[in-house]
Amino acid sequence: MTISDAVVSVRDLRKTYESFAALDGVSFDIQRGETFALLGPNGAGKSTTIEILEGYRDRTSGEASVLGIDPHRGGIAWKARLGIVLQNTGESGNVTVHEQLSHFARYYANPRGVDEVIAAVGLEEKSKTLIRKLSGGQRRRVDVALGIIGRPELLFLDEPTTGFDPEARRGFWDLIGRLKREGTTILLTTHYLDEAEHLSDRAGIIAGGKLIDIGAINEIGGAEARIPIVRWQDANGRQERRTHEPGAVVAALMRDGSEPVGLEIVRPSLEDVYLGLVEANEAAIEDLELTK
Amino acid sequence: MTTAAPNNAAVMVTPPLPAGRTIRLGISRIGYEVRTYFRQGDSVFFTFLFPLVFLTIFSVAFSNANFGRDAAGHVVTAADYYLPAMLAAGLLLSGLQNMAVDIAGEKSDGTLKRLGGSPLPVFSYFIGKIGQVLVTGILQAALLIVIAATAFGVSLPSDPAKWLTFAWVFLLGVTTCSVLGIALSALPRTGKSATAVIIPITLILQFISGVYLQFNILPTWLQNFAGIFPLKWLAQGMRSVFLPDSFKTLEAGHEWNLTGVLIATVIWLVVGLVLCRVTFRWIRKDS
Repeated sequence: MTISDAVVSVRDLRKTYESFAALDGVSFDIQRGETFALLGPNGAGKSTTIEILEGYRDRTSGEASVLGIDPHRGGIAWKARLGIVLQNTGESGNVTVHEQLSHFARYYANPRGVDEVIAAVGLEEKSKTLIRKLSGGQRRRVDVALGIIGRPELLFLDEPTTGFDPEARRGFWDLIGRLKREGTTILLTTHYLDEAEHLSDRAGIIAGGKLIDIGAINEIGGAEARIPIVRWQDANGRQERRTHEPGAVVAALMRDGSEPVGLEIVRPSLEDVYLGLVEANEAAIEDLELTK
Repeated sequence: MTTAAPNNAAVMVTPPLPAGRTIRLGISRIGYEVRTYFRQGDSVFFTFLFPLVFLTIFSVAFSNANFGRDAAGHVVTAADYYLPAMLAAGLLLSGLQNMAVDIAGEKSDGTLKRLGGSPLPVFSYFIGKIGQVLVTGILQAALLIVIAATAFGVSLPSDPAKWLTFAWVFLLGVTTCSVLGIALSALPRTGKSATAVIIPITLILQFISGVYLQFNILPTWLQNFAGIFPLKWLAQGMRSVFLPDSFKTLEAGHEWNLTGVLIATVIWLVVGLVLCRVTFRWIRKDS
């Protein structure tokens, strides 16, 4: 991989609103064909980052390149290569699902088939229903459909599965899998860590406008954060031990022959790692403020 | 990496956009806009049917009133008198009020944000909006004229020159009002406040420009003030088409002054275009 393969490239991105720094020096790259998740608490700067890359907001300083173009100057031809699923939409929706998608398909040079896309988001039965009559989760699926109708090279998904039922979410995951196989590069934000774990190749964790970690999904947080945890109950209450040798710990517990109560061995999920990182970051900021 | 695509991952290439798509998409937008317009009950009533409702009310309420006589001695009825006024009101409502409220709503509900992130040219969007006003405005005017003639016995002009005047006043008026509506859509801060901001403007204009009240009974200073705005001129142009020629003595300067109608409307059209160019944005950045 060479640097020219980066579809998105961000260097020292800053966004300041009056005295508040929404983004405070964020840098990352997304390679062609990669799915990258931007994770973080509410207000951490995820949407600000994604909207700067989509061309909706101007940056205060730093560099950004999306498909080789500064998003601040992106024109029609550039937009034709993007798919955007925004976090909030609330249009009046006086068109049917099919009408909306057929209309938007005309904007692009090589759109996907309308029926194919409607099927991909599982709205075949709602194809002739006015969008305003759909449920929140169904409307969200229309947003996703509109994001992919133009066969984008780069797809932005800002909390795409909010309001989805579990079945719709699985369907969405399958769809993303197909888009990846076709070569689509994807930038995703989500609060569902299982979703990020399932879909993305790499993730960046953003908190307080700073990127606090970045890496492959199975490496983020470092090896230390991935050490398995053994939990059980004894006379003193709930016990927990992080160890590279969970088997040995369990064997030791069983030395007196009795079965340990509530025994479990867990490998930290992305969610555990994420929560650990965000908490550690908050604690570090508090320490910093106390020493001032 | 070599230039050849690896087998396991496709490389996506977006073909260039075809030429001439701005106009083609604009025409496609007209159909889309007209369809959504007629699915919105409130805008259909307050912009499309409103002049018809008022024509009916005035024709019935003032059915015994005498608005004057034409050269042949026929009485000019309330329906005769109010048809041109309501045609002018239709231009203002379908054009200015509908556009300003509609676009302010689209700004705040995210429609424009979505379009701004798509490869739709701004100009195509404008073609769609102005085309929608043109289509609905023509339907509205046709409905008004047909009902006035059939239900209220209004006799229509037979002179082709009058219809030619109608055509250019209508087309220029519809375009100017649409463009001004697009410009005014920048005024309301939210979609919810749009009607509260826009309707007082259009309502006052209608009262001082000879739509609801007879223009010649207004004090001269108010007539002069109304003359700053385009509606007074459009109403005057419409009166020149549908009222007997002798009624021109009631106008300022005792003439229809179609040159004045043309100049005033074209000036407002240019003002509107400049305002659109300066104020229209898909989204307010950094809001």
